[in-house]
Amino acid sequence: MMAALREFFASRDFVEVDTPLVVPAPGLEVHLAAIPAGNGFLITSPEYQMKRLLAGGMERIYQVCKCFRAGEDGAHHQPEFTMLEWYRAWDDLETVARDTEQLVAHVATAVNGRPQVKVGGRTIAVDGPWLRMTVAEAMYDHAGVLVRGDETVAELDAAVRAAGIDPGTATHWDDVFFSAFVARVEPALAAIDRPVLLADWPAPLAALARRKHGNPAVVERFEAYVGGIELANAFGELTDPIEQRARFEDDLGVRRARRLPQYPIDEKLLAALAEGLPPSAGIALGVDRLAMLVLGAASIRDVLAFASGEV
Amino acid sequence: MYDTSDIRKGLKVLLDGNPYTVVEFQFIKPGKGAAFTRTRFKNLLSGAVIERNIRSGEKLEPANVEERTMQYLYKEADDLVFMDDKSFEQVQVRAEMIGEAADLMKDNLPCTVLFFNERPVDVSLPTFVLLEVTAAEPGVRGDTSGNVTKSATVETGGTVAVPLFINIGDMIKIDTRTHEYVERVNKK
Repeated sequence: MMAALREFFASRDFVEVDTPLVVPAPGLEVHLAAIPAGNGFLITSPEYQMKRLLAGGMERIYQVCKCFRAGEDGAHHQPEFTMLEWYRAWDDLETVARDTEQLVAHVATAVNGRPQVKVGGRTIAVDGPWLRMTVAEAMYDHAGVLVRGDETVAELDAAVRAAGIDPGTATHWDDVFFSAFVARVEPALAAIDRPVLLADWPAPLAALARRKHGNPAVVERFEAYVGGIELANAFGELTDPIEQRARFEDDLGVRRARRLPQYPIDEKLLAALAEGLPPSAGIALGVDRLAMLVLGAASIRDVLAFASGEV
Repeated sequence: MYDTSDIRKGLKVLLDGNPYTVVEFQFIKPGKGAAFTRTRFKNLLSGAVIERNIRSGEKLEPANVEERTMQYLYKEADDLVFMDDKSFEQVQVRAEMIGEAADLMKDNLPCTVLFFNERPVDVSLPTFVLLEVTAAEPGVRGDTSGNVTKSATVETGGTVAVPLFINIGDMIKIDTRTHEYVERVNKK
């Protein structure tokens, strides 16, 4: 599988890069917990360093490396897992979407002889264009909730309750959103016998994605779902250092409010953005989950030599 | 207090004032969203099963429950009397708490009694019990088409469907969860 993966990128003129696993400033996403190591942290994703390479002039890069996220342990999660990230400078999210379709088909064919994967005993064809829908469409069709991306948390909460979904103890915008998403949309995506690219995420779930031209309530981001398994997450990258700093500070504010660990802001990334990150798009894909799909495994533990608790 | 990383099968927690045990749990993390543990809890008093999402950071209150191994002594009207092996303390439990398996309980049977706030709320029997057959019709030879059974009475008074070759005096192994015959252990 790894040979097929590297062959795919080599044939498309990508350079394989290798960035450090221990960094002083890990990802700031509110819902990721970094594991301390030495004087810094183990990476939750190689994203910041790879973007600095793009700012430095590299145009097509990919990396396969371990990433570390504390507390994530389940059928699709491990605290230590293998990530594939690739970035294209001077290119757009649509090209990355096509890369994703072709890469998965290529790897499945190399391993299984045909562009198919297996999920829960079902066979899913992964060749050809994947089904595309926006988050707004998916939330409206499957959860009965209208989401624009610029509503207040109270408005979203009311819409979710009106659709008969109990957000439980959720009080934040993202938690209310995901209570409906997980209850209704994910099962619906799992029932579709085709891979799905779910695009145009609401702005409060932007992370490092840039706002969509013409509709600032959503951002250039898609997630790839195959048989209900979230395989990859892609961004049209935010290149504006001022907006990026504001988002980092927002994330830190939310972290403070929720009493989560504070991490330093990666000033070197912001400096690289200030120097000039070309318009770029990139994606992070879970390699262990790809192995699950290709091999038809039900749990991530089945595709690892040693899962958490076994070493 | 427990948090989501403590959730595992059999954990006893207090929800809305009632004791629950975790019967199933699944870690879920939507992309870029907060992680939570989708958990199924069984009410230790009513047996009702509920599902709840416990977000990372939320706390669960431990239920004041205790499991004690106690011997079954005897039946008194609608109650069953159990005794703690060590303290010799006796407790009475309503027979309906045990249900159908109550007629498979022999004196001195070691059981697990669950206490909630010092009150017995549940009894679990050993999965298998060995009992002597005290009454059974003779099996009719030649009638061997299919899985034929007959009814037998065991020493505790319960009746169990058994194969035709079982006779009075045989010791048989019975599954207390299903009330079903498992195998013959020896022949007297």
